[in-house]
Amino acid sequence: MNGASIDLLPPLLQGLAVTLRITAGAALLALPLAVAAGLARLSASPLARWPAATYVEVFRGTSALVQLFWFYFVLPLFGLKLPAMTVGIVVLALNSGAYGAEVVRGAVRAVPPGQREAAQALNMTRAQAMRRIILPQAVPAMLPPAGNLLIELLKNTALVSLITIADMTFRGQLLRSATLRTTEIFGLMLLLYFAVALVITGAIRLLERRVRRR
Amino acid sequence: MNPIFDWSFAWQIAPALARALAITVQATVLGMLMAVVLGLLLALARRAPWALLSWPAAFVVEFVRSTPLLVQMYFLFYVLPAGGVQLSPLVTGTLALGLHYAAYCAEVYRAGIEAVPRGQIEAATALNLSAWRTATGVVLPQAIPPVVPALGNYLVAMFKDTPLLSAITVVELLQQSKIIGSATFRYTEPLTLVGALFLVLSLAAAWGVRRLERRLQRYGGRA
Repeated sequence: MNGASIDLLPPLLQGLAVTLRITAGAALLALPLAVAAGLARLSASPLARWPAATYVEVFRGTSALVQLFWFYFVLPLFGLKLPAMTVGIVVLALNSGAYGAEVVRGAVRAVPPGQREAAQALNMTRAQAMRRIILPQAVPAMLPPAGNLLIELLKNTALVSLITIADMTFRGQLLRSATLRTTEIFGLMLLLYFAVALVITGAIRLLERRVRRR
Repeated sequence: MNPIFDWSFAWQIAPALARALAITVQATVLGMLMAVVLGLLLALARRAPWALLSWPAAFVVEFVRSTPLLVQMYFLFYVLPAGGVQLSPLVTGTLALGLHYAAYCAEVYRAGIEAVPRGQIEAATALNLSAWRTATGVVLPQAIPPVVPALGNYLVAMFKDTPLLSAITVVELLQQSKIIGSATFRYTEPLTLVGALFLVLSLAAAWGVRRLERRLQRYGGRA
């Protein structure tokens, strides 16, 4: 790689903007999904537990790329034709949400049972105990694994290039066929992904420190 | 209009999918073998007392873990031949899987090694064991068994990443189902079957890992 690689940067950065938009969109969608499914799996009612468990196991048990293809190729046959971008964001969110649900569930279960019992003794409802006693203690434990999931999500966005979305990986492929400067293009792309991952790691560390201090 | 899910068509394409499954399994097994060996080397290198060895190892682990497997695969697929190394797509893809998961395995081993009490190493030093004997005779036998379930989880994760091989022209499960889909204009059966196969196999593997974990815990309790 040398100074001449600079001309490859603008198209890749355009793709990176799409990659970041997809990452952010999917993360914002995955967060409520993860919390809802994670808490539903801890619910006393099987009516909440079973659908949540099915969702989590199906999306954790199948491959992200297979999920993308299924939503992209099979759903239109049932009359549900979504734009590729929507499919990309929704499927990545469903996938991360399933892994996130396990993070939420694990962190909530790690709160000592005495905390819930004490809340009960204080005559709090289950919802009150969850909101005011359990979750505030569980959230700090969720942050490190959630940060890892965010990086996994960033990496998974590369898969959307295979359903024709012009993210960074897609642009890299276009550039490759146009210029054949493969080492530079893919090297640069790896560095850019790495840089974004470093920023995410740093941001999560800052957040962890702020949550701990409180 | 055809039925939503045509079972006779599904039955008809089953043999082709089974052949593709063999490729998927082959890539997973070979990739994992590479990952557990290379991962151990990376973990040991990362703990080496020489910065010239430990820093590059640490960088490789972090870099590989934070960049997309798909891009790493493309990198190997397009750059190796440019450097004069000609490998089949399947070998290239397996190599990429092995390298990617070696970085994850390295972190697993590291956690296992760090969990071995310091006194064990001090005792080995007191017995005048060499660094090699300490590692192979004292630390690793205690560090590796407890992390086997974690390695198992990465085996499942790698299995679920094998569809990425389709992007570099390997005819594994997903690619085979796409080929069937584009030839017959029926995507529902092949893609759903592939999804179901992944679900069943990874649930079964996850169940096996959990059993293993429980059994190891029992041994741990007895020791």
